[in-house]
Amino acid sequence: MNSSKIHFYESSPLLALLGNPNCGKTALFNLLTGSRQKVANYAGVTVERKEGRLTLASGKTLRILDLPGAYSLYPRSLDERVTCNVLLGRAEGEKRPDLVLCVLNATNLRRNLRLALAAKRLGLPCIVLLNMSDVAKRNGLKIHSADLAAELGLPVIPTIGVNAHGVDDLKRYLEELDWRNLPVAATQIDTRPNYTATDNQRVQQILDKLALNEVLPDALADRLDRILLQPILGPIILVVLLFLIFQAVFSWATMPMEAIKWAIDATAGFLSSHMPDSWLRSLLINGILAGLGGVLVFLPQILILFFFILLLEESGYLPRAAFLLDRLMATVGLSGRSFIPLLSSFACAIPGIMATRSISNPRDRLVTILIAPMMTCSARLPVYALLISAFIPNQKLWAGLDFQGLVLFLLYLMGIVGAMAVAWILKHFTSKQFQVHALMMELPSYHLPRLGNLMLGLWQRCEIFLRRVGGIIFILTVCLWVLSSFPAPPPNAIGAPIEYSFAGMLGKLLAVLFQPIGFNWQISIALVPGLAAREVVVSSLATVYALSTVNNNTSEALIPLISQAWSLATALSLLAWFVFAPQCLSTIAAVKRETGGWKIPLIMLSYLFVLAYLASFVTYQIALLFGWG
Amino acid sequence: MKPITVNQLPIGSVSRVERVNAPSNKPELAQQLEDIGFLPGEQVTVLRRSLLGDPLMVRIGTSTFALRRAEAQLIEIANIPQ
Repeated sequence: MNSSKIHFYESSPLLALLGNPNCGKTALFNLLTGSRQKVANYAGVTVERKEGRLTLASGKTLRILDLPGAYSLYPRSLDERVTCNVLLGRAEGEKRPDLVLCVLNATNLRRNLRLALAAKRLGLPCIVLLNMSDVAKRNGLKIHSADLAAELGLPVIPTIGVNAHGVDDLKRYLEELDWRNLPVAATQIDTRPNYTATDNQRVQQILDKLALNEVLPDALADRLDRILLQPILGPIILVVLLFLIFQAVFSWATMPMEAIKWAIDATAGFLSSHMPDSWLRSLLINGILAGLGGVLVFLPQILILFFFILLLEESGYLPRAAFLLDRLMATVGLSGRSFIPLLSSFACAIPGIMATRSISNPRDRLVTILIAPMMTCSARLPVYALLISAFIPNQKLWAGLDFQGLVLFLLYLMGIVGAMAVAWILKHFTSKQFQVHALMMELPSYHLPRLGNLMLGLWQRCEIFLRRVGGIIFILTVCLWVLSSFPAPPPNAIGAPIEYSFAGMLGKLLAVLFQPIGFNWQISIALVPGLAAREVVVSSLATVYALSTVNNNTSEALIPLISQAWSLATALSLLAWFVFAPQCLSTIAAVKRETGGWKIPLIMLSYLFVLAYLASFVTYQIALLFGWG
Repeated sequence: MKPITVNQLPIGSVSRVERVNAPSNKPELAQQLEDIGFLPGEQVTVLRRSLLGDPLMVRIGTSTFALRRAEAQLIEIANIPQ
């Protein structure tokens, strides 16, 4: 996050990107500054200001702020307030921008032009960027930028946010601009009178004059929506789509996972035959290779999941899924607006919790934050995948359906159902007065996903994952290895050395608490570092079990090991635990930041702990009744 | 005669917005609807309703929005002479 208060470039001019949601501000920002901020085809991707730098050919440096999209300068949610505060010079640690780049979606001037009029009233120097000018042209819209500039009294530059040369004209303009003699912004700004109606008349005049006042239908969207949003067919398509995604997570990943596993085994084999038996060899094989390798194996599955998420984001289908689910959300006291933050939480709860800033109703926002951690984040995928591979037979059900994929789908579903149930309970604690839920969500045009964006998104996911593996997961794995290896066992010890170590002792202590839900001491140890990052549970189990074998020279695969060591009841109980388990420390920190105190994170932590314990207890006891102990 | 609101429109019929009413319990909704384009004179069409009639998919000018019935009820339609 660089919503930075960097003061290094204080002297260079500050430019701010302003525009309606989903008009392509971030795409332009990325083009101008060489950044790689997330772009997608729905309103509200950017929820905080981001800063970047543009160096012009002449060597001049400009600071550029990307702002959350706004429909007007009358803010209705937290993210829109950020935009207004920056433009009015009220943002903390930031000067008022020297120049406003007002981005208009050329295919929707009718709505976008009103913001340009409001921007002009700010008294700041302003340039209008006619973005998506290529799409407008393709749709048969002929916009003469010179005429538009004359009408608005502002310079107008066409841009294409998705084309490498799309901002060349803008760069040329900025190059030639006389930065020293920019008009000084008025210090007194009056935003109180409501100009909406008069502005709209002015927009109508301009559109009439430019012969753009005809409303063209969006034929492609209409045709697709007729199928995808059909009242009965639409929801069925949505469920089938999600179902197929989880099928693919298992069936497509087999090959690359085998390859990674083979590479790790080969390295371990090489090390054990070429290194003398020492603590260093144990650290390398039982600690690092077993631990990190155990997590790394799940990279293909994570990438497959994200491939589909990115595809949905780019296409414009996501807000439509929210439209389909709005009725369901309403019954539990939420609006479709909560859908996108909840969906982001499937990647990680933290961006999901940040995305709640676009929810205008504070109560809805809070409830969404509270239930977001129940959406299965990608860090939990390795845990699920490990347990499923070990305990769910890899067989085909009817119609070539993958049993393992079905179980994964059900686990995700359980999280969703749990979240909805909690929201429903919370609804009954809210007075009727606050139960007005706005939806007002824009449904954008469909876009064909661009391969470049898709690949970039996947690469970024890969980077994030590898950085976690090399960073926090690595550190915790080494720590756990140390705790599990020392102190050394007494000379006449019978069991595995780990049982005499610090970790072994701690695990046996914790096992008292977790015994009623079927967790053994090895699982109990692994849960502790898992608080820092979920995947660590997998690497920890790998390390603990690697050290648990009396003859600890072999690095054995975790999956066959646990499928022998645990009962099915224990495995199911652990799966239930992870559907609800209290989230990682960084999520707690994010909730504290977003809610401004410890109250909400503490409530969240305790209710999820109780829920997870209860779910595991019930699962375990039922499984025992079935004789799966 | 009671004025017609957007939620009562048949699917596909093209009308124009007359005004947006502010609800007593949440007056800011009117401003928000105006911000996204529901302004007097603008062309409005209900594109579809979901299974239970809520939410609605509404085209306003050149944009498409999902609105809940409660929101659509606030938007009055200009009377078209028969």
